[in-house]
Amino acid sequence: MTTFRVGTPAAAEDLLRELAPQVLGALLRRYGRFDECEDAVQEALLAAVVQWPDAGVPANPRSWLITVATRRLVDQWRADSARRNREVTAALMTPSHRTAAPAADSDEVAADDDTLTLLILCCHPDLPEVSRIALTLRAVGGLTTAEIARAFLVSEPTMAQRISRAKQQLRAAGARFEEPPPVDSARSDVLHVLYLIFNEGYTATSGPGLHRVELTAEAIRLTRAIYRLLPDDGEVAGLLALMLLTDARRPARCGPDGSVIPLEEQDRTLWDANAIREGISLISRSLTAAKLGPYQLQAAIAAVHAEASQASDTDWRQILALYLVLERYTPTPIVRLNRAVATAMVHGPQAGLDLLASVEADSRTATYHRLAAVRAHMLEMAGDLEAAQRNYLLAARRTISLPERRYLELRAARAGVGRRPTG
Amino acid sequence: MRYMLLIYNNPALYESWPEEERQALFADVEAIMAELRQTGELVDTAALADPSVTRTVRVREGAVTATDGPFAEAKEQFAGYLTVDCDTPERAEEIAARWPDARYFAMEVRPVMYSSGDEM
Repeated sequence: MTTFRVGTPAAAEDLLRELAPQVLGALLRRYGRFDECEDAVQEALLAAVVQWPDAGVPANPRSWLITVATRRLVDQWRADSARRNREVTAALMTPSHRTAAPAADSDEVAADDDTLTLLILCCHPDLPEVSRIALTLRAVGGLTTAEIARAFLVSEPTMAQRISRAKQQLRAAGARFEEPPPVDSARSDVLHVLYLIFNEGYTATSGPGLHRVELTAEAIRLTRAIYRLLPDDGEVAGLLALMLLTDARRPARCGPDGSVIPLEEQDRTLWDANAIREGISLISRSLTAAKLGPYQLQAAIAAVHAEASQASDTDWRQILALYLVLERYTPTPIVRLNRAVATAMVHGPQAGLDLLASVEADSRTATYHRLAAVRAHMLEMAGDLEAAQRNYLLAARRTISLPERRYLELRAARAGVGRRPTG
Repeated sequence: MRYMLLIYNNPALYESWPEEERQALFADVEAIMAELRQTGELVDTAALADPSVTRTVRVREGAVTATDGPFAEAKEQFAGYLTVDCDTPERAEEIAARWPDARYFAMEVRPVMYSSGDEM
């Protein structure tokens, strides 16, 4: 697999990464064969990397790439065995106005549509989540298979296999680029995949995590691209705001040893003020202008946290109100768990513990480590240090994250120290 | 989500089988391995040599001792593992259920800890 990132000046690299999905989209719209179109696009990108530094960037780089990729595609079909003859004929019979490079001023809109349609195709709900993520990063994000494999801590052949299987599954699912599902119904699938990519990168802290930070940047870049296409869509703006406001906390959220620092203990002067400003402005605008949705509500909650210069200034009443609305949109135990935290902050630990009881009754979360961690925190607030310690240790045993386990064991030890003088 | 599937068995049972039955067992293993490679779910796998070539190491009061074995005729012993990366815990259990040793002995499905975490 070729890569167009090595040795390319940054500006040209950005341009190629932006154009790659558009070129792939344009080819898919005409020929509809994912594997072959992708190979052809890769070759066209390689040709650009080789030729542009000497010959200069062409006046319409997108058309140049489409023309070169189309030529490669046809060459490839010609070179293939006789059973493909029929397809070559079909390609050659395509009216020339459909394969010829469009005029420089003709179809900016079509280029944007191609990126969006390609995203919708990659996020097809029939694919397993891991495949949707991999395909999106590969085809739309332009990351190499090796980069994606590193980000997900698997070997390159394993990731190559996942991507190739995703393409087969797409074909089997009958996904056709020529007739993509309408943007409205597919939009939430696309946003979900971008959200997953962001989370995958964000929850990483140390070691191999260095590579994974690229995933948050990539998720933000792709969400920004959709935001440019659909600026009036509140949920797109909401997701972008949520990512920016969450990512702004990254410099403060883990210690030098990779340990997790909870929100209330973070040094807020380390937060990225520019990202916060942009996030707050995005969410403020969409809350007043657009149709409300869960991403906007989560972004609004993140914005309230971001506006408090220290943890004790947090406007928990507003956060509680936002969680109440969010729970109407997404009535999951996780959202209720978060509402319980806000309830404890506003109405005291006992009110929080009462609400937790309803989460405990849900079999989906009965053994979820955060439930025990939240209960421990509320018990600690209520002064029941022995029960708090027990629950911190329970949460520490249940988490499968090493830094979380270290953090929870530390909290358990602290609760133990707190109760020693009296007990 | 990443899971390590721990394989437990007793080689004595398989040794007592006729050759063609043993071949059928290997074929089952081959089939599921091929599937896991094809889906991209397989991360890593290893089979362990017979317990008779094991060395057991202990440090007591600073002194290192290494002994052969264990030779004890345990009913089931740890024979190897495969690490898979799959969407759901149900899928990990399904893979474990299709591994032939699960029919005669047992497979353990253990989530692998990861080195990242949420701010809580």
